[in-house]
Parts: sequence; structure tokens; C-alpha cells
Amino acid sequence: MRDAARLYVRYISASMRSQMQYRASFVFQTIGQFLICGIDFVAIWALFARFGGLKGWSLPEVALFYGMVHTAFAVTDAASRGFDHFPHMVKHGEFDRMLLRPRSTAFQLAAYTLELRRVGRFGQGFAVLVYALCAVEVEITAAKLALILFAMAGSFCMFYGLLVLQATAAFWTTESLELMNTVTYGGTETGSYPLSIYHDWFRKFFTFVVPLACVNYYPALAVLDRAEPGGFVATFGWYSPAVGLAFLLVSLRVWKLGVRHYRSTGS
Amino acid sequence: MRAYAAVFGARFRALLQYRAAAAAGLGTQVFWGLIRVMIFGAFYATAPQAAPMSFPQVVTYVWLGQGMIRLLIWRSDPAVEGMIRTGTVAYELVRPVDLYWLWFSRSAANLTAPTLLRAVPMYALAGLVLGMEPPASPAAGAAWAASVAVAVLLATSMCTLASISLLWTISGEGVSRLLPAAVWCLSGMVIPLPFFPDWAQPVLRALPFRGMMDLPFRIYIGHLGAGDWAGALGHQAAWAAGLVLLGRWALCRGQRRLVVQGG
Repeated sequence: MRDAARLYVRYISASMRSQMQYRASFVFQTIGQFLICGIDFVAIWALFARFGGLKGWSLPEVALFYGMVHTAFAVTDAASRGFDHFPHMVKHGEFDRMLLRPRSTAFQLAAYTLELRRVGRFGQGFAVLVYALCAVEVEITAAKLALILFAMAGSFCMFYGLLVLQATAAFWTTESLELMNTVTYGGTETGSYPLSIYHDWFRKFFTFVVPLACVNYYPALAVLDRAEPGGFVATFGWYSPAVGLAFLLVSLRVWKLGVRHYRSTGS
Repeated sequence: MRAYAAVFGARFRALLQYRAAAAAGLGTQVFWGLIRVMIFGAFYATAPQAAPMSFPQVVTYVWLGQGMIRLLIWRSDPAVEGMIRTGTVAYELVRPVDLYWLWFSRSAANLTAPTLLRAVPMYALAGLVLGMEPPASPAAGAAWAASVAVAVLLATSMCTLASISLLWTISGEGVSRLLPAAVWCLSGMVIPLPFFPDWAQPVLRALPFRGMMDLPFRIYIGHLGAGDWAGALGHQAAWAAGLVLLGRWALCRGQRRLVVQGG
């Protein structure tokens, strides 16, 4: 384990050094990310300014949902580029090389790179999160801060699991499954608002198929001292983020199945 | 003129081959559209009187936007990026055609082919099952078509300008990363422009970006009356012409100081 951690750090520091070779480009990309992501929140703000409210939710409350999901996804996005790149590796036969190395394939892909320019996306989500914590009316205790961290760790795991599944599909299709973007990027968009505003079927999908509700909606409800009418008990949000970790573990099992199924494209 | 048409045609036909990618993208677009529609639905349920347009109009606007999304991928031509990096841009300079219009034709194809592949199935689907309405009137439909045509020219002139900026920046990262952020927000892609606060409206009205999405869409849904059509088309055309002139001037300057990268 310690050995794996040391190796991970070495992989990542090499990747960082290479990314910092193009400093101006890095700065532009980071600023660009910050602005592009910021636009989403500007839109939410504009809609609140226009309509005055959203089914009983205030702007700071929605900002909490938004900040939690965006910050967590930014970290996943930065740390999972290897899986993103994986279909390309399959197509070009690069994956064969990974199979020869004395480490698990999932580990090697996870350590493939840590994309620094996602700092822009992260910073934006984090800024919104801080705004939310300062502006919501309920008191934010230390326990609640811990819950927010727990929820974001759960979100990180869940999104990572989704990206692992997306990569796994490439064992069969050798193509990236673009449709999965609807649950990753689309999931962050969905999680930017309380799930209760959506249609019932949509809410069920993001609770029972993709457990976004467990890692974002329910913990945020707990932080805001709100209970879902007719939903789970109010304390559910305090432990539901664990579902994200379970989701990741299941995804890694599926990944192993995929590796066993793998046949080189031979190119 | 024939040379440019040939460049456009060749690129256009090549890009029409990517039908599977477009089909895959369609699913994503439908999903995004559905989220937007549900979010607007929730806001309308809260305070319908505060909205600057009716709910069916917003829904139609959202789907129009999802269909036109590829018109907003405002970036320099990847082919030009490659040429500048490898130095083969030198060949471009010796071709017996005007470099600006050569790049313009290629950018036009880069924008129209993917847009067509996305828009046609998207509008068919949205019109049938997702609540997109037909144009407010036949005349509005015709005005919309004209406005979309000018929007394509406007988008092309901007893309060409982004390509030309590569003569200075080489890597193309800067402009092509920052420009989309502005375009995305100010064109009406994220939310229809009338939803922005009133104090922001004069700025949005002056900028070229609303010519890409907001103007044609509002003509379509009947949010802009027949009296405003000429002004809308004029705004789009004026900006397109301005950006072409700016692009030609920049290209002229850029060519003078261009250092071809050895390969």
C-alpha cells in the first residue's frame, strides 16, 4: 500500500512537471475553465434574480448543491484522465504494455496523469461552495462541515466509478461511449439543483441507478436541516455518501471483468 | 469563387461522414435539453408572471439551441493549427487564392456540416415528442431561416479570426479556450438572453454573440415581432461584415511578420 502510494506520487509528479512546461498555455486553460464553469452559476443567479425563488429554495441553498457537486467532480475529472484516455489506448494497442507491468491496470490508469488545469473548474466550484456556506441561514457546525467533506468524497467516488464504467465499455466497443457524458457532466448539471425540482422518473434514475442523490442531495438536505417530504428519514443524509464508495468498488469489479475479456486490437 | 466553393464542398462532404458521432451526440443533447426544460419548468411553477416569455416559447428556444450547438464550437480550424505548428502553412501562402477566403470557406464547412448533422434529427425528434413548437408564423419561419444563414456567416467570420490569431500565438490555446466561455454565455446558449437582468440587456444587445442563437431563435418563437426582423438581421450582418474586415486586416498584418516554423 505504501509502496503504491509512493509510486503514485512519482507518476503524478512526472506528469505535473510535463504539464508545467507550457506555462502560458496552462494559465490560459485554467482561466478558461474557471470562466466557462462560472457561466453555469451566472445563469443560476440570473434565473433567481428574474424569478425570485425556486420552489421554496433560495439561491444560497442551491449554491450549496452546486458547489458540492462541482468541486467533487473537478477532482474526479483531474484524477481520472487515464480512464478517459483508455479507449484510445485500446485502439492503438498501448494497453498491452500496461498488462505486462507488475501493477494493476486500474492503478496505472489512475496514476496516468493529474490534470492541473482542472484547478479552474475546482476553484469555481469551491468559490460557490464558500459563498453558500457564508450565505445560508442555517448554522454550519463542525459536524456539518465534516458531512460536506464526506459527501464530496462520496461524489468523487461515484463519478470516478462512472468514468471507470465508461472506460470499461471500451473493452467491447473500442470507442468512447459518449452517452456516459450524460451521467458525468450531466450529473453535475443535475446535481447543481435540488433533485426535488425534477420529474419523478428523473429523480428515481439519479437515486437508484446513478446514486447522485445519496452523495449530493440527501447530505445537502441534512446540512440545510431540511427533510424530503415523503422521502427517507432526515438522518439518511448523514451516512448515504457511503453509497458512492460502494459504487466505485462495484465499478472496479466490472473493470476487472473487462480486463479479463480484453483482446488486443493488434495494431 | 469556384475554388472556394470546391474547398467548402470537399470539407463539407468529408465532415458529413461522421454520422455515427452525430447520432451519439444526439442522445447527450436530448439529455441536456431535458434538464434545462425541467429547470425552467420549476422556475415557471414558482413565479410564472416574472418570465419574459411563455413556457412553450422557452421550451422551443431550448431545443432550437440544442440543435444548433455545433455552431457554437468557436475555435480555430484544427487543420490550420496543425499547419502552423508543422510549418506546412507555407504551402497555404503560395496557393493562387486569397488566403482569407480559403480559410473562411474551410471554417464555413467545419461549422455547417456538423450543425446540419445535429440539427436535423434534433428538430425532428424535439418537434415530435419533446414539445418543440413550429415557427410562430410562416413568415417568422422564413425570417428565421434567413437569420440562421447570416448566423452561420457570423460564426464563420469569428472562427476564421480565431485561426488567424494563431499566426501570433502558434499553439492556439489562448484564444480558443477563452472565446467559447464568452460565446457560450452571451449567445443565449446557457439561458435565453431575455432572462438576464434588465441592466445587462443593453450590453447583450450591442455584442455580436446574440446573432448566433438568440436573434434567430426569438424570431422563430415569435418573441421578436415582424417589425424587429430587419433590425435583427441588420445587426447580424453588420457584425459579420465587421469581423470579416477585421480578419482580413489581421491576416494582412500577420502574414508580414509570419515566421514559418521549420519542420
